[in-house]
Parts: sequence; C-alpha cells; structure tokens
Amino acid sequence: MKNLQEQEKQELLQAERSIFTAPLQRRSFLQFAGAGAATIALVAAGCKKDRNDPMVPGGVTLNFKDDFGVLNYAYALEQLEAAFYIQVASNPPSGFSPAEKQYFQDIQFHEIAHREFFKKALGTAAIGSLEVDFSSINFTDRTSVLGAAMAFEDLGVGAYNGAGVRLTTDAYLVAAGKIVSVEARHAAYVRDLISNGTFASSPQVDANGLDKALAPDVVLAAAGKYIKTKITVTNL
Amino acid sequence: MNIVNILEEIEKVDGEIYERLNPRRSAMKDFYNMGKKVALAAMPLALGSMFTKAYGQSTPTAVVDVLNFALTLEYLEYHFYNHSLLAAPGLLTAGTPPHGAITTIRDHELAHVNLLKGALGSAARPALAYTDFDFTAKGTFPTVYSDYKTFLAVAQAFEDTGVRAYKGQATVLKGMPVLTTALQIHSVEARHASHIRQMRAAPAGGGVSIKPWISLGAGGGANDSGVPQVDPVYKGEDLETQAGVTITGIATGVTKAAAVESFDEPLAKADVLAIASLFIK
Repeated sequence: MKNLQEQEKQELLQAERSIFTAPLQRRSFLQFAGAGAATIALVAAGCKKDRNDPMVPGGVTLNFKDDFGVLNYAYALEQLEAAFYIQVASNPPSGFSPAEKQYFQDIQFHEIAHREFFKKALGTAAIGSLEVDFSSINFTDRTSVLGAAMAFEDLGVGAYNGAGVRLTTDAYLVAAGKIVSVEARHAAYVRDLISNGTFASSPQVDANGLDKALAPDVVLAAAGKYIKTKITVTNL
Repeated sequence: MNIVNILEEIEKVDGEIYERLNPRRSAMKDFYNMGKKVALAAMPLALGSMFTKAYGQSTPTAVVDVLNFALTLEYLEYHFYNHSLLAAPGLLTAGTPPHGAITTIRDHELAHVNLLKGALGSAARPALAYTDFDFTAKGTFPTVYSDYKTFLAVAQAFEDTGVRAYKGQATVLKGMPVLTTALQIHSVEARHASHIRQMRAAPAGGGVSIKPWISLGAGGGANDSGVPQVDPVYKGEDLETQAGVTITGIATGVTKAAAVESFDEPLAKADVLAIASLFIK
C-alpha cells in the first residue's frame, strides 16, 4: 500500500514537473483548452476543422458515437477522482480524524479500482492519462479538501446519471450503475462530514427526490478546472 | 398532407403539443423518419400511435412493470419512515439530527411515490397504506418501532435493497428517457443508505462497525450489516469480477474488501420481491 502511494506520488510529481517545464506557449494553450465550456461546446457543435485540432499532443478525444466514448468519459472522471484521493490519502490534512483518514483511504482504492476497471475494459480504445491541476485545492486544509471531494463526488453522480441513457451494451450499463451508487455513498459521506444531515440536500436532490443528471459538456466544463489535458468532445 | 400543418392544427386545441413532443427526442425522430416512409393513406393510424408514444400512454408493458415494482418499494419505504415519525413515541425526538435525517428521507420516498404514480397514470398499481405492511416482518424485528438500533438496521436493509432493486432493472429501461429518472432515484437511495449506515455507526445508533459503503461482512461474508436475518439483502454483494475484469488486485492495495466496496451489485426482481413480501401483509 505504501509502495503504491509512493509510486503514484512520484507519477504525480513527474506530471507536475512536466507541466511546469513545458514551453509557456503550450502551457497557456492547455489552460485555455481546459477552460472548458466554450471549447467543448464549439467542438461538440461540429466545428472540427478549425484551429482546435484534436491531434494536439497530450490532448484526448471523447467520441460519443458509441459506448467506448461514454466509457472513456467515465475513465477520464475516474482518473481525476483517483488522482485527487491518492494525494489526500497519502498526505491527509492535519484536521482529519483517524476515521476520516481511513475512509479517504478506502475511497482512494475505490476510485483506483474504477479507473483500472475502465482502463482494462476499454483495452486499446482507452484514452491516455490525463494531467491534473489541483492548484485550487489546499491539501493541508480539511475544509478545502472536503469541499473539493464533495464537488468531485456530486459531479460524478450527475455525470453517470446523465450518461447512462447513452449506453447500449447491457454489461456496461450495469457496470456504470454499480459504480454510480458507490459514488453517491461517497458523496453522502463527504457531505455529512461538511454538515451532518446534508447527504441528499437541495439543490443536489430536487423537490421530486431526484439527484442530478448532467450532460457530458456540463460535467467537462466543471471538471475542466482540474484538468490540464485538452479534452475534445465529438458526436455529443 | 403536411406534418407541420397537422401540428399547427393540434396546437389550436393543445397549446403544449410541442412541449409534449420535444422532451422525447426519440419520438420526434421516429416521427420525422416515419413521415418519409409511411404511405399517405396510413398516416392517420401511424400518427395516432406516434402521439400516444409522445403522450406516454402506450408505455411498453415491461416498463410499466418496472415502474410498478419500483412504486411498491417506494410505498414500503415511505410508510416505514412515515410511521416512525408520526406514531412511534420516543423513537425519534423532534429537533434532533436523526429526526431531521429521517424526515428528509421520508419526504424523498413520498416524492418518489408521487413521481412514479404520475408517470404510470392509470397503469399505476393500487395504492398501499401503512396498514398493508408489517414492519416487524412477522415478528422477526418485534422492536422495530421502539428500539432505535433495530429501526436503523431495518432502514439500512430497505435502502440497500432499494439501490439493488433499481440497478437490477436498468437494462429493461436501456436507452429510454425513463432510465435517467430511475438512475436519479437510484443514486438518492444510495445517499440514504450511506447516511443510515453512518447513523448506525454513531454511538447513539449502537456504534455498529459498518461503513457508508457495502463492504465484506465478518468472516468474509456478503452481508456486512451484522444482522443475519437480512442475508438475502446482501446476496451476491461480494462479487470480485466486473464485466469480465477481476477487480481484486487490479492495482496495489485493491484488496477483496476494496473490490467489493467499489461496486454495488444489482438484485433480481424476484429476490427483491421475496424480501419485500416479508414486510407486506
């Protein structure tokens, strides 16, 4: 377990270094691309031929024409979540109780399991590894970490709920269903840590007792803040 | 025969026709495809079936069955919680966090009942009242409304069953807009389950050794609740392989327990009904 954390930490550090040492031009382009909504909406609208070339080094394409696109979308989100929890679990905020440390380690392994599941299920169709940007999160501060965890979990639940209807293969639909309820359990747990009793509060859950179901462009726009890699969306 | 003219005619008597059609994009697509294919003489008949689809009145039997199955479970959950708030003196004290949490959950279950009833319309199953249920499960949980710990143990079983039940019906609803609604209920049930499990783990709930997510039980069994009477609720929850991929050991640190926790399992309708029937008179 410790080895894994060391290894993942090394990878994270390397990823971070490569970001910082990259030529300025590329870095600012990635930041623009990561800004999200506008880029995604443009590409989704079919403007594929212009300057936003999907073949930019380090960029990934989510092609929603089939189940692989949806699974890669889930894979991207699980990569993000896993990277976040690995960082939290390997060096938790000093304000975490022993129980919180234990559960964040649990969640870390859940997200790693999800990430690796999608990677294996996708095989050669899997997108590459995303470069994350957690500069907006203060990992030494319990409140900052919990706020980010809640954002990731609620976003994940909404993402799976919104994407389920796109899946055409029974096994993948069921697998997504098996994962989303675990994400919802995480979300409720984190929310209760922030404020007990808010496990299913409005507006996350509406007056009809329904959780959010979010479209991929909405999710990616929100996640863009934490992702450096340019994500191109097609056939949405 | 011009489709646009037809829609305009309908609009005169039903101002919401476009709204009724629009959210159901697949119906709209069928509609336009059909316009190209269907011979003029067959148009009225085909249009009729098209509009019943748009109005949701010819919902496939399989979907009606799923929604009524869900409605039964929501009635069960709603009455279980509602009675605890209204007629179980001393169980939940007004103004305390447990009372607030159970009220939130009760309100969601009622909203789900109303939502499903609305979707089913005249196809909805007959309503179920509190008196239709026996939440002691014929004496298995005699103190369900007097002992807080027992109440929470049964609540956990209901919530975890609910999550499994919706998941088990996903493939029947595949590709349909109603799947999204079912998923939106499904994740709320999972949030409830997580919270109830935390209530059980709290000192007042008995300090039960239980996580917000379903883990391996003592001795490596599928039932992590510590309540052997609810074994059927957790049947098969200890699965280690997903869509042909072995999860245990998929990465360093992913133990069997982690693999089991990472994926919630569906439960077949018959298994869910067998559990529910223990609580229905």
